[in-house]
Amino acid sequence: MVVLDLVLNALATGLMLGSIYALLALGLAITFGILHIPNVAHPAIVIAGAYAVVMTNRYGVDPVLAAVLWMIPFYMLGILFYEFYARSFESRGGGNTLQSLTLFFGASLVIEVALVVAYGTDLRSVSVGYVGSSLRLGFVAIPYRFLIPALITPVVVFLLWLYLTRTNVGLAIRAVAHDERAVSVSGVNPAAIKRHAFGIATALAVIAGAALVITGPIDPFAGRIHIGRVFAVVVLAGMGTIPGTLAAGIIIGIAESLVMSFMSPSWAPGVAFAILLATLALKPTGLFGAGR
Amino acid sequence: MRLTRRHFTKLGVAASAGLAAPAIWTKGSFAQSDKIRVGCSASLTGPLSGTKNMVIGYELWRDDVNAAGGLLGKEVELIVYDDQSSPSNAPAIYSKLVDVDQVDFLFTPYGANLTATIMPFAQQRDRFIVGILTLASNDKLKHDKFFQAAPWGPDGATNWARGFFDIAERDGVKKMAILAADTEFSKTAAEGGRRVSEEMGMEVVDFQMYPPTNRDFSAILRNIKAAEPEAVFVCSYPADSTAILRGIQEIGLNDSVRLFGGGMVGPQYASLMENLGPALNGVVNFHLYVPEPTLKFEGIENFLSRYEPIAKQQQVDPLGFYIPPFTYAAGQLISAAVEATGSIDQAEVSQWLHANPVETVVGQINFDEIGNWTERRVLMVQFQGVDDSGLDQFRQAGKEVVIDPADYASGELIPFADARKA
Repeated sequence: MVVLDLVLNALATGLMLGSIYALLALGLAITFGILHIPNVAHPAIVIAGAYAVVMTNRYGVDPVLAAVLWMIPFYMLGILFYEFYARSFESRGGGNTLQSLTLFFGASLVIEVALVVAYGTDLRSVSVGYVGSSLRLGFVAIPYRFLIPALITPVVVFLLWLYLTRTNVGLAIRAVAHDERAVSVSGVNPAAIKRHAFGIATALAVIAGAALVITGPIDPFAGRIHIGRVFAVVVLAGMGTIPGTLAAGIIIGIAESLVMSFMSPSWAPGVAFAILLATLALKPTGLFGAGR
Repeated sequence: MRLTRRHFTKLGVAASAGLAAPAIWTKGSFAQSDKIRVGCSASLTGPLSGTKNMVIGYELWRDDVNAAGGLLGKEVELIVYDDQSSPSNAPAIYSKLVDVDQVDFLFTPYGANLTATIMPFAQQRDRFIVGILTLASNDKLKHDKFFQAAPWGPDGATNWARGFFDIAERDGVKKMAILAADTEFSKTAAEGGRRVSEEMGMEVVDFQMYPPTNRDFSAILRNIKAAEPEAVFVCSYPADSTAILRGIQEIGLNDSVRLFGGGMVGPQYASLMENLGPALNGVVNFHLYVPEPTLKFEGIENFLSRYEPIAKQQQVDPLGFYIPPFTYAAGQLISAAVEATGSIDQAEVSQWLHANPVETVVGQINFDEIGNWTERRVLMVQFQGVDDSGLDQFRQAGKEVVIDPADYASGELIPFADARKA
């Protein structure tokens, strides 16, 4: 009975954690998975979004609502940032992977330092009534601070999937990823489409930031601990697959949770990469990625 | 002129000699000026920048000394460089402090990790240096001009949290669980805890390490519950401390647990205390200073009242109980020794400190032969009656009750489960 209790709780916790990992990775699934831009600054942008949510929460605004309100400013910031990237690097033929990595790595440092200067280095958190209590289903206890953010992910994934598959702009985003020249021949400006996609990815970072800060306090450097895991989720899912990102996140979350319960917690951080390596060895396009 | 290999070699030798010269010539020499210079690095940026409020302690000490006419009639000048929380930056900074700035006295950087990189230099150059919360940094080197500002006591590396186990023994605990972050500091403390538990006849029924990036403790807490301990010794860092205490709120612990905490970093910081509020109740954890009636040292209240507005302005820890009083006390060690000896000679000042007690804002300090406090005075405090009313409650006595050491006790231990129900 005790083992069953542990297994069910580990599965429930893993499901919640995995869903949150997927939310953290969604923006990257667009920038890296679809646009092929190695945006290593994405976790730092998530943390910047979390700070925006924390500051708004001080006025009694619910973190999720605050995140929705901040999506538009972050979308605009994303557009500006992409414009800078495109003019400084891509249009000069310098958008190769190494230079892009350097740019985004530098951007993440700048974001961290800006947060330190603006808000200091103390841990920041949000005040919500459900933190500290849990939903009990039999002998399974699911903390609300994981459940609420985890429930956001399927909603966001569904809306994003609808947008990318059922709207012209969404189709254009996917088309740009496949063949930029063909898109421009058909009268669509690829730069504008990529700018828009980058804006969406940046706006999603605020939602992810809200989810993260509901689960626990953050500091300006909190993005660093997620950088490897979010890339692992995107690559494991297969580049550019949005529903696959949710599935990959959940696989990693459950695997980590089971390892933590039945092996040693110290092994848990290696799980994402072990699964990633094993999968890539067997299926180089990722679990749900289509070969090109 | 064509540069041959021979020219190049000569240039290299000349450059090396030039670089080494200051270090060679300035050994034993100090600033001959109308100022007494005191220098250090501090983690103003980077992951440890939460400790930068330590500088406020130095600055208040400097201001107080200068307002009183300086030391030996000379103005005290404080030189602080940012080490960016990186151990690799510290050696160059301390070389500059000694060779270029020619400081008279040094404080270490914050903590053992950064200090480890500069202690060999301090010993090699025979420099007086005050340790800032550096656990066991001089235990192996045994530099005779090192003095510890924090009350870890002798054998601090293994015994700093012993008070937790003393309380457990007094309370008749027989089954101990140990939970620690997988870092050097926590692992050492956890292993020390296991050894002390076994010495005291307690059975360690669960021993878990977790990666320092872990934020979900559901599985770990369930394993602890399954082991049914009577006490849980925890060595954690701020973000994980929060996650652990939230996890207890959500999942609970057995009523058999009477004692919980010990080595958690985080519940000393105002931001976490404000955020966690009642979730802290019952936790017995280490601290260095709390505003209890048994710890009313001369000058401490005045110091904290002056610290608060500066901290507010600089957006650092508004309470300042943990580090700043000890950096102020570090300065007081220098003042006391320089005034008593009438000298800034490193050997004279060190000899005096080894032989004499010093009254500071954190109480009287006596040093042993390697510069540790002669008695451990790490406090084990229990959070009691904490509510949602915010930070001000922690400025009053009775919220962080001292349980150990007995000489400073300000209240009785309440079993963990009872303290959380109250």
